[in-house]
Amino acid sequence: MNTQRVAWLFLAPALLVLGLFFLLPVAAAFVLSLTDYDLYALADLRHLRFVALGNYWELLHRPLFWSALGHTFYFVIVGVPLSLAASLGAALLLNSPLARMQAFFRTALFAPVVTTVVAVAVIWRYLFNTKYGLVNYALQALGLHPVDWLGDPHWAMPTIILFAVWKNFGYNMIILLAGLQAIPPDLYEAARIDGASLARQFWHITLPMLRPTLTMVGILTVAGYFQLFAEPYVITEGGPLQSTVSALFLMYEEGFKWWNLGAASAVAFLLFVVMFAVTGVLLRLARRGGEA
Amino acid sequence: MSGAHGIAARWRAALLAGGLALLGGCAREDETQVLSFWAIGREGEAVAKLLPDFEREHPGLRVRLQQLPLTAAHQKLLTAFAGGSTPDVSQLGNTWIPELVALDALEPLQARVDASPEVREADYFPAIWATNRLGGTLYGVPWYVDTRLLFYRADLLRAAGFAAPPRDWAQWRAMLAALSHPERHVFGALLPTNEYEQLLSLALEQDEPLLREGDRYGNFRSAGFRRALAFYVDTFRLRQAPPITNVEAGNPWVEFGRGVYAFYVSGPWNIGEFRQRLPAAEQDRWSTAPLPGPQGPGAGMAGGSSLVVFRASRHKRAAWQLIEFLSRPAMQQRLYALLGDMPARRSVWNSAALRGDAKVQAFRAQLERVKPTPAVPEWERIATEMQLVAAEAVAGRLDVDQAAAEIDRRADAILAKRRWVLDHVGSRAP
Amino acid sequence: MSPRLAKALVNGLLLGGAAVALFPLLWMLSVSFMAPGTASALPPPLLPGQATLENYRTLFVRVGMGRYLANSLLVSSAITLLALACNMMAGYAFAKLRFGGRERLFQALVGALVIPAQVAMLPLFLLLKYIGLVNSFAGVIVPAMATIFGVYLVRQYARGIPDELLEAARIDGAGEWRIFAGIVLPLLKPIMVTLAIFTFLAAWNDFMWPLIVLTGQEHYTLPIGLASLAREHAQDTELMMAGSVVTVLPVLGLFLAMQRYYLQGLLLGSVKG
Repeated sequence: MNTQRVAWLFLAPALLVLGLFFLLPVAAAFVLSLTDYDLYALADLRHLRFVALGNYWELLHRPLFWSALGHTFYFVIVGVPLSLAASLGAALLLNSPLARMQAFFRTALFAPVVTTVVAVAVIWRYLFNTKYGLVNYALQALGLHPVDWLGDPHWAMPTIILFAVWKNFGYNMIILLAGLQAIPPDLYEAARIDGASLARQFWHITLPMLRPTLTMVGILTVAGYFQLFAEPYVITEGGPLQSTVSALFLMYEEGFKWWNLGAASAVAFLLFVVMFAVTGVLLRLARRGGEA
Repeated sequence: MSGAHGIAARWRAALLAGGLALLGGCAREDETQVLSFWAIGREGEAVAKLLPDFEREHPGLRVRLQQLPLTAAHQKLLTAFAGGSTPDVSQLGNTWIPELVALDALEPLQARVDASPEVREADYFPAIWATNRLGGTLYGVPWYVDTRLLFYRADLLRAAGFAAPPRDWAQWRAMLAALSHPERHVFGALLPTNEYEQLLSLALEQDEPLLREGDRYGNFRSAGFRRALAFYVDTFRLRQAPPITNVEAGNPWVEFGRGVYAFYVSGPWNIGEFRQRLPAAEQDRWSTAPLPGPQGPGAGMAGGSSLVVFRASRHKRAAWQLIEFLSRPAMQQRLYALLGDMPARRSVWNSAALRGDAKVQAFRAQLERVKPTPAVPEWERIATEMQLVAAEAVAGRLDVDQAAAEIDRRADAILAKRRWVLDHVGSRAP
Repeated sequence: MSPRLAKALVNGLLLGGAAVALFPLLWMLSVSFMAPGTASALPPPLLPGQATLENYRTLFVRVGMGRYLANSLLVSSAITLLALACNMMAGYAFAKLRFGGRERLFQALVGALVIPAQVAMLPLFLLLKYIGLVNSFAGVIVPAMATIFGVYLVRQYARGIPDELLEAARIDGAGEWRIFAGIVLPLLKPIMVTLAIFTFLAAWNDFMWPLIVLTGQEHYTLPIGLASLAREHAQDTELMMAGSVVTVLPVLGLFLAMQRYYLQGLLLGSVKG
């Protein structure tokens, strides 16, 4: 009895904060998404209407919602594999017995992760400036055509993806490096004796042994990349031609710029459902693949 | 007193002093009122230079100034209202007044104006004053006025054989054609595709209103708006303006000085910017002219900023004193000297500094012809959507008729709540 | 492939990777010392022609970056201290104290990890408006005082504490609070340091929520101040880079000093226990 009470006392602060400032608002968000809470309602609650699924219905008929979702998927589908490839490549290099100064390289490669998104996104804006940016200057020095990185709707999202890969790959690199170090060395030893090439060793030992880690890291990265917001906010402000409006960017503008809180909550919930479904499918695929 | 005690005592004294200072911060409010004042963009830095005089005249008042970035100002104001943290006084773009009035956030000012020796309605431009009056109630006092017109490179025009700036669209088009050399990255005009003011100015030159049926529906399919949109889009299609945003345009002053653009549709503050940023030798190469209309000089946007008092303010008397101070002709003149902001009072326009300035007088001419934008709370969003669709048309994804229909569709959707409020709740919505 | 060639390849690639990772940061540092207006030139300069501190002076004297820096320090420290207290207590309780429904409650919490924080933001804003915390530091601090991730992390680590140790203390008559403070906390010190760094970095770098809830300039944290500056002074490359340096340097320094703990925590948090 006594320990029960003590336990709840220990839990109380955290549960109170989480309940009041996270779980309750999440439930409220659903209720909000069934209303047309907007500026008029903010001024006078008599202007609030219950619209049932009206917000969702309207969203599904709004091209901008679909394009925002499309941009988000674009970012996830291209960005996640690129990020993972960069992380894995870096981890393999760091794990190589041939590598020198590993501690230094590890720190250097990890450094972008701890930086502030807003601050480094600002750097990106200048490096990729069409006229005065270093990137275009380098391209021209190599005899290539300069690219209108942030002004061309086809290039803006790839630029943001490059940024995200640069900023984030170090995180997964550390986790994958630990995974690599956990693979028993005698497996490689045996393979070497059998005369297996490095590529075969990678394909038949490293990848299967790393699989659980890769799956987990991949799913976490997918979930994280769905929440794209600060990058377009700072680098492109959603442009050009709204080509970098992500689902969360749409929610932010709808909610905190135009104060259509009902519609914005519906965006948040739909994004949540999509994320939940995608990660669920991925998890299931990974499990089935693991059994096969 | 031994050493250890001495240190402890000194610490205590320091803490006490710190605590007192904190308490003092609260206690002082009784004698010294702290007035929070929000200014937007460049006005923020300039007005900071005027405030010491105000504080000297009113020893019991201290003004805490906050500068909102222009691009975030609208959102910040709404957030402040939603969060219950509005300032006492604010600068407010006059197209945003309806929105804050709909929220019941602003204090009516007519009684204070009537009693004021400083603020006299007759001295203001009527069309600008009208944008501060909604449903017969006055909510703001015009601070400076703004309308978009033409900045042009007179030397380039002359070199191409044009003695005077264009008066109508046909002349303008001919000049744009003569001055554009896209292969050399030289264009007739700079019209940033993420700014709605240029297209809106063209649209206001038309006879048809932008909204119809008591501002319940969009009226963008009207022949007039489509004419304006077609002129706007054609300028890009004919490669007489580059399809870039103001983010990519970088430093427009330098580019204008280099002759990359011959025309730049912009507001009065750029007179100051050009004077400051271009070398003295280049100053007689450029000038200003009223915006050309479809047939002869057209109307323009009745823009500018007003000063408002928020309803939630607890220092309304002091807030009004600040507005009176900033409305004085002398202060208007100083603001003009600092930034080139056009005074809202006609008497200031008769002062020597403005009278002798040809580049400024073009604005005076246009200010007598300006038209307000629709006074609905949704206007900022409708204008934003209008420009987003227009940018699609510029990119060739929509033709003019499709774009006009799309803008109407979006405007109608945005106004849906307004229609409901008007029909069901009655007279509250302006 | 000869061993020497392989070695050169591996280290060459690492060097290239490190260069790509560090170049933008070094470029930022270099440009921040350039005189205003000199970075936008062709060819783009890599080093300042004449190094100057003018941008930093503008930043602190005219723009008021010092205020944002102080705000960031205050908010991040407060969040770190309070979140540490809440998360340590809860994590310990989930790991070592017995009470009805413990496992189910914990699983429910972990399940809630899939809900993105942004779903809660809109109603949370209305809630804080109602309590009067909009545009105050408390509006940023209070909702961050406990995190599911933190509770989870502490629980995973605290499960390693032997029960016999706690039982022995109880038999000796020690109260639960004394056991927690005297025995458990010292044992949890490594995870405490890790969690503290994590929380501090996350609070420092947080953008979306402070952007929403801190409406007044006097409350801006560095990222918000910087984003606002980026919209107002977009043409002033050198000034913006100085602002980025001020924002990034403290966290980069903290990371370099405490790297070991940070990386450990990163692994602990990601490997399912």
